[in-house]
Amino acid sequence: MALAPAITDLEQLKEHPAIARLLAWNAASVEGAKFDRGETSILVNRSALRGACVLLRDHPSCAFNFLSDVTCVDWYPSEPRFEVIYQLLSIPKRERVRLKVRLEGGSPVVESVTSVWPAANYFEREVFDLFGVRFTGHPYLRRLLMPEDWEGHPLRKDYPVEGYR
Amino acid sequence: MAHLTPTPVLEPGQDRTMILNMGPQHPSTHGVLRVILEIDGENIVRIMPDIGYLHTGIEKTCEAKFYQQVVPLTDRIDYLCPLTNNLCYALAVEKLLGLEIPPRAQWLRVLMNELTRINSHLVWLGTHALDIGAMTVFLYCFREREDILRLFEAISGQRMMTSYFRIGGVALPPPLGFFDQVRKFAKRFPACVDEYENLLTGNPIWMMRTKGVATITAEDAIALGASGPTLRGSGVDFDLRRDMPYSGYENFKFNVPVSNDGDVFARYMCRVQELRESNRIVQQALDGMPEGAIKADAPKVVLPDREKMKTQMEALIYHFKIITEGFAVPEGEVYQAVESPRGEMGYYVVSDGTAKPYRVHMRAACLANMQTLPKMCEGKLLADVVAAIGSIDIVLGEIDR
Repeated sequence: MALAPAITDLEQLKEHPAIARLLAWNAASVEGAKFDRGETSILVNRSALRGACVLLRDHPSCAFNFLSDVTCVDWYPSEPRFEVIYQLLSIPKRERVRLKVRLEGGSPVVESVTSVWPAANYFEREVFDLFGVRFTGHPYLRRLLMPEDWEGHPLRKDYPVEGYR
Repeated sequence: MAHLTPTPVLEPGQDRTMILNMGPQHPSTHGVLRVILEIDGENIVRIMPDIGYLHTGIEKTCEAKFYQQVVPLTDRIDYLCPLTNNLCYALAVEKLLGLEIPPRAQWLRVLMNELTRINSHLVWLGTHALDIGAMTVFLYCFREREDILRLFEAISGQRMMTSYFRIGGVALPPPLGFFDQVRKFAKRFPACVDEYENLLTGNPIWMMRTKGVATITAEDAIALGASGPTLRGSGVDFDLRRDMPYSGYENFKFNVPVSNDGDVFARYMCRVQELRESNRIVQQALDGMPEGAIKADAPKVVLPDREKMKTQMEALIYHFKIITEGFAVPEGEVYQAVESPRGEMGYYVVSDGTAKPYRVHMRAACLANMQTLPKMCEGKLLADVVAAIGSIDIVLGEIDR
């Protein structure tokens, strides 16, 4: 099973129901898309994230009613530094799609999706705790895993793996 | 984790209520979970789980290891089903590499994975019943669990932290007579499940403690990210093994038990039925076990056989290279989800083209399931919190990572 090259051309991918929906809703919301190893990722504009999530959850052709996961990748030292990743699952359609948002390293802020999927509560708190990404509109944005008085965000790439800081 | 905060996290709203601290070392929390409860007499007004006591930074550690060195770390996340973690991670990296796994390795993986599910459910059943007050079931469950741990020891050399699945296949061929031992176990096991059910299913005390307790609707369960038996106990018929098959699960016939009541008893019934279904899969895997290789044909990724290393120069070189500098994985990212005994376990692995993963994230089924706890308990009785915690089958190692 040789790896097929990733498709990153939006033109070729616009047949995908989730991408087609998003483009029909707001063409500026989709900044890019990728189909790689059988998985679809959509890069969404930061300001359109919550709207896109509501659309993907409620539209019958997508029905992504289940939020599997929210996580983050730190691309330090390149900018935009953070990539917040939302893994969506459609239980009725048995399909997955991945949404991504890119955030600047200076003040990484994105709108919370807890109002769309309450499941995002702990996931976003974890991302806040370990990466320092802030989610506006989150009901209780506090550290989840680390002690409350901890300094720094351990999963950032400029945080050492071992030793004292 | 709020244990260093001097003031209570919950402010008592009125004079009527009081804050009660449960844990972190409460016997029913299966590890170190702290639950802060605001109670009005016997009724719960608010409940707030406080987690993080077992946080060891596994995700950070993974970024400093070679791909193959992460496998033993994955065992330690959910220590009741180490092989499910191994499987999920191995599948994710194999997807990144584009590796094809030989059928015998796939079937061995399914076989071991289902034994792990039985093992995990037995621990759950025993401790859950113990929490609610039924001592005997615990002893019966651990009797069968011991047999499974012996099987694990036979095949991998380890009782619990097996690390048996490797990237590209499985670590060792099963020893002589292993399949006979498994067959003997699988033949005996349905009668054991009958025994547990005799003790619990029709037991009036058990039913009073579990029926109608800690209910959650299907809509709430989906919205809160619950998966596995916690979701199926609320009537949502979804199982990743059947609906989005991986590792050759499409070759097996099994039912997905679903209950509609959404209470502790419904989740109990789902898991007990799953014990029987897993046993069926084990038997099918034994009957149809294909012959052939147990590792993929990818010398740059999979360690060579010991015998070849002593006779072939190439094999020795590859072995040395894999051990000392790992193997490079093409750039990309994958999210691989498998059905763990607790629900959807997912590994999100990002590669930047080097021999070390750029990012490994584990989607812990328990972390999401834990969010259903307030929905289940608020407005209910204090004594039922223990039943509710037991029924979502938490493993703190997985929640905190």
